[in-house]
Amino acid sequence: MRYHYFPGCTLKGQAKNMESTTMAAAAALGIELVELEEWQCCGAVYPLYEDELITLLSPVRTLAAAKGEPLVSLCAACHHVLKRAQELMQRNEEARKKVTDYLEVDYAGEGRVLHFLEVLRDDLGFDKLAEMVKKPLEGRKVAAYYGCLLLRPSKVMQFDDPENPTIMEDLLKAIGADVVKSPYRTECCGAYLSVTEEAVAEDTVTRIIDSARNAGAEALITACPLCRYNLENCASEDGKEPIKVYYFSELLAEAMGLQFDQLMTSALERRRSSDGNK
Amino acid sequence: MPRTGVFICHCGTNIAGTVDIEKAVEASRNFPGVVHAADYRYLCSEMGQDLIKKAIVDNQLDRVVVGTCSPRMHEGTFRKAAAEAGLNPYLLEVANIREHCSWVHKDIEEATPKAISLLRAAAAKAVLNESLDAPELEVEKRALVIGGGIAGIQAAIDIAEAGYEVDVVEREPSIGGRMAQLEKTFPTLDCSACILTPKMVEAAQHPNVNLITYSEVEEVKGFVGQFDVKIRQKARSVDPVKCTGCGICYEKCPSKASSEFEMGLSKRKAIYIPFPQAVPNVPVIDRDACLYFTKGRCQICEKECPPQAIVYDQEDEIFERRYGTIIVATGFDQMNPSQYGEYGYGQHPDILTGLEFERLFNASGPTGGKVVRLSDGKPPEKVVFIQCVGSRDKARGMNYCSKICCMYTAKQAILLKEKVPDAKSYVFYIDVRTAGKGYEEFQRRAAEEYDVAYLRGQVGKIFPDGDHLVVHGVDSLSGKIIEIKADMVVLAAASIARADSPELGRIVGINSDSYHFFNEAHPKLKPVETHTAGVFIAGACQAPKDIPDTVAQASAAAVKAVGLLSKEFLKGEACTAEVNQAECSGCLYCEAVCPYSAISPVEIEERYQGGTLKRTVAEVNPALCQGCGSCTVICRSGSINLKGFSNEQILAEVDAICLQR
Repeated sequence: MRYHYFPGCTLKGQAKNMESTTMAAAAALGIELVELEEWQCCGAVYPLYEDELITLLSPVRTLAAAKGEPLVSLCAACHHVLKRAQELMQRNEEARKKVTDYLEVDYAGEGRVLHFLEVLRDDLGFDKLAEMVKKPLEGRKVAAYYGCLLLRPSKVMQFDDPENPTIMEDLLKAIGADVVKSPYRTECCGAYLSVTEEAVAEDTVTRIIDSARNAGAEALITACPLCRYNLENCASEDGKEPIKVYYFSELLAEAMGLQFDQLMTSALERRRSSDGNK
Repeated sequence: MPRTGVFICHCGTNIAGTVDIEKAVEASRNFPGVVHAADYRYLCSEMGQDLIKKAIVDNQLDRVVVGTCSPRMHEGTFRKAAAEAGLNPYLLEVANIREHCSWVHKDIEEATPKAISLLRAAAAKAVLNESLDAPELEVEKRALVIGGGIAGIQAAIDIAEAGYEVDVVEREPSIGGRMAQLEKTFPTLDCSACILTPKMVEAAQHPNVNLITYSEVEEVKGFVGQFDVKIRQKARSVDPVKCTGCGICYEKCPSKASSEFEMGLSKRKAIYIPFPQAVPNVPVIDRDACLYFTKGRCQICEKECPPQAIVYDQEDEIFERRYGTIIVATGFDQMNPSQYGEYGYGQHPDILTGLEFERLFNASGPTGGKVVRLSDGKPPEKVVFIQCVGSRDKARGMNYCSKICCMYTAKQAILLKEKVPDAKSYVFYIDVRTAGKGYEEFQRRAAEEYDVAYLRGQVGKIFPDGDHLVVHGVDSLSGKIIEIKADMVVLAAASIARADSPELGRIVGINSDSYHFFNEAHPKLKPVETHTAGVFIAGACQAPKDIPDTVAQASAAAVKAVGLLSKEFLKGEACTAEVNQAECSGCLYCEAVCPYSAISPVEIEERYQGGTLKRTVAEVNPALCQGCGSCTVICRSGSINLKGFSNEQILAEVDAICLQR
């Protein structure tokens, strides 16, 4: 199983360990993620303005670079932007023509745009994954936190049921964790309000963390660097039992029996081999 | 050459505003055969009609063209006027220069020549018009009502009272419909059963009403005055004549199934009556649940039945009857709200729909009339009602307002307070809509005297938390997020058309809107008629409606039906198809496409090379033909013509438009 891989800027900085753990786990699962050459920013939130076509140049360049072959990303926000830009290219002929003419590329919205979780569910299969797990996370009470970017708008993202998603719980089940279902798992984390309106973000995040804790969770998993940042930094936690927040890939790597130093080595090896290729 | 008169209507400024009438009149004078042309401000007025009548006599006209509105509006008016002047009405032709011209154009310079073209076409056709006579059709003096809810019951009683026989076909084992499931009715809080059951009994006992329960309509053939209807009476497995309704059979029956009448909230026996006041009070055996039918053992009901009324080998019976008219009153369903994942319907026993919650109030309902949580049997302290679940929802549900929910929610909140005085109700709404006599007052009473909290806003999520259901919503008036720890949640799920209404529509010949509600012939002026003559609709099968509206509509449909039944003869269709049998090749494609079964093969003898030759050709029964023209289109040899719309007439119209510069 070979995929084009789009990392996005956060995975090379703040969320480095989501990339390193994913890469190691993918290798162990026989999934090859080949980083796009000379990739650039996904476009962040700007391409979601449909009336500003210039903001689409970046994601469409990325989509076109995959040449119609499956394109995988890890950051929920990057995946969201790529998927929505792809849908716009399929739907809006005028926008498509202008953008692709400007970029001098041929792109009409083709190719699968996937989040790595979808690769695990749809291409590898959670049953298969469960068989390959080396160190099941027995007894670990973990809740999934989806946020909004992966799920909505559901008609475009086609990721999972937006009200009652199961993909992350199914992943947790496959890697042997005790799944805890928390009612606020699809609520907004507060997004950028953590910068501009801290009180609002504190309110929403505290609600999310409290509901997971009340449901009996010791840890949360997420697929979104921004969600993780907010969950870790915005909750009012005075004296409460702490809740650890992981990227889903960290627990996946752990269940695959990969140790931290191993992860670092494999990351270094990759760096070396990719340097060697050049 | 016939002598044609052309009359052009101004229709106030409706036509005259966009069409230069003077020019049109002048142009009309030059059409072939036209000997007279005139205009008038309102041709449909009495003075206008007199103008036409006088001109027919004065100018010895034998063809008339009127340039007016759509023939659907006033063709009948003008034909009648022509007939009064001694002309066969079918010699008159309408040129639609309003809907087809002045209303859709703005520029008088462009609309005027178009109007002239349309008039020229009508004049060319009129020259070829022939005198036609509409056949007279007998009327079968019996009505069929499909659906035995309050609409069907009311319509049947009204028809019966007018002195005509009426059959009511009901799918369920008992008549009563949705109204029988209700506890109380707004805005007067009458007990639903107390006002419905007397009507059920009246229908059952009326000598002119024949109840055909546990039955469905399978096929409708024929036309107004003479509908031939095939009805399947499902096997009840109980002899209704012998059965005394003692109830021993369902008392003793050991097998249970989910009760349809109780919305699946409780069980009924395999042999059952749907509810205690069922009419007829004759049980049926649900063969899918009966131990004898599924496993070949038991037969307790047969052993216990005192009059020995159980008949296991009864079979479905199909019979055919002729009716003069049909009223469709098949009611509505409640949407299953489980597609709204945020409300969690179906995932928790204390999240109910409005109709399910209604059953909890009923003494013979699943909780014996106690309003309690189905999870633990405790009375609820806080109940949250959510309005517009699936209604007024462009994105995921129905665009329309279900009309009854605001009122029944207010009713249920009041009833709740009376049954459980400590209970507190919250209603999340988009708008409170209470148009109707006494409705606003009723809803205000709920809010002011029964302490019902109305919150304008929507609910985003409902989830269980311990013993409670946390309802997470927004009050858009205060702008605050609200969390209510509720004990029960009631979803006012949308009223939707019956799942099989498109199929019934096809059988009976009525069309539906995009939500599958049956279409009336005109939204204002023909609210109970349909586009099929002799077929009427009543009640919630047309659109969501409350009981008063349903009953009013049922009586209206009954009046229409009675009006039809009171006639000895009906005028049939004059514009019927005609086969030129000399040219017909006998392929009978026309028979296959005829929706009225009006075409059949016939053998004719022809002289051929000195001898005679037998040959099969098509023949049209003019009494059945409705003049739709399907056969004329499919006919490969062009040997079928529709009277009044012959190929020659249509081509004359086309030529009149296209060959002009």
